[in-house]
Amino acid sequence: MKDDLLASLFWRFAAISLVSVGGATAVLPEVHRQLVEETGWLSARRFADLFALAQTAPGPNVIAFSLFGWELAGLAGLAVVTVAALAPAGLLAFAVSRALGRAAQSVWIARLKAALTPLAIGLMLASGFLLTQAAGRNLPALIVTVAAAALVIFTRANPLIAIAGGAGAFVAAARLGLA
Amino acid sequence: MTERQPAPAPTKRELFLGFLKLGAMSFGGTGPMTRHVVVEDRKWLDDAEFAALIGLCQALPGANTCNLAVMIGDRIGGWSGALVALGGLLIVPLAALVAIASAFAELSRLPDIRFAIAGAAAAAAGLVIGTALKMARTLKIGWRAGAFVALAFVAAGVLRVSLPLTLALLLPLGLAAVIWEERR
Repeated sequence: MKDDLLASLFWRFAAISLVSVGGATAVLPEVHRQLVEETGWLSARRFADLFALAQTAPGPNVIAFSLFGWELAGLAGLAVVTVAALAPAGLLAFAVSRALGRAAQSVWIARLKAALTPLAIGLMLASGFLLTQAAGRNLPALIVTVAAAALVIFTRANPLIAIAGGAGAFVAAARLGLA
Repeated sequence: MTERQPAPAPTKRELFLGFLKLGAMSFGGTGPMTRHVVVEDRKWLDDAEFAALIGLCQALPGANTCNLAVMIGDRIGGWSGALVALGGLLIVPLAALVAIASAFAELSRLPDIRFAIAGAAAAAAGLVIGTALKMARTLKIGWRAGAFVALAFVAAGVLRVSLPLTLALLLPLGLAAVIWEERR
């Protein structure tokens, strides 16, 4: 049973890796579609909580997927998802880098990037939309979400400040009987 | 016999330590920290080379920083250099992740911790939205790009279309629009 789960996790994340244009945050809606909507392995709420927890660790956002693996199948799940999420895209990057050598600038790469960037931004906004819904439709959550977005847009502050501020605000609100 | 080089080639040890630093010090995504470590701190690439490689990474699937680690690692030390760089980048974040997840699993029975995670989740949603809007602002998105931002958002966020299908439909259209814009 657990081997089936690990194999399924491997193939799902390996396939996701190959379409992960714009990085981990852009494919988050697809991961949500598979782990929450299609298989029901995670609740929408748990999905959003784990993503938030992963933001408190340093490093690339793709490790949020590793945390989903950890949640579903422990250390083996973490290892399987990490390798699956990295290997296909990594091998492709390796092959393309060797094929192009130092001539990494070509008109078609520039065009591909120009076409992909708006799609990646739209996918990231979809991620934010799903995470906002999962975080709860109440006023404190909305205030924290808007404040965190404003922090990123208007300052160069460390994003951990937003995570810590949101956590602290909710604890304070609960203690004061506001939430 | 001796060849003079402008700078000594970095060793795999230096490669590992450089990406270790990048992985350990970048919170909320690796974007700004990457240029600092690769260009300013370690001088593996100059600004033009960095821009070209990041552009290539953005055109390929996968996490940008992981792809960059593979490419720089390969240039410096071949395929084993690529693995060393990727390992250096990920080892601290993964260890931190396991420590944080274990600690929260223990503590999650406390009501305060549940409120804290709910607050962190609301903040994380805002960070994602803010990052996307900041990218849109930095790139000065025009009508063509704005339309594709909206289409991708509706497909993935509202209609819940699978990503392979979304890309199969929107990427060729997007490329056609880019080429059409070039020719005007």
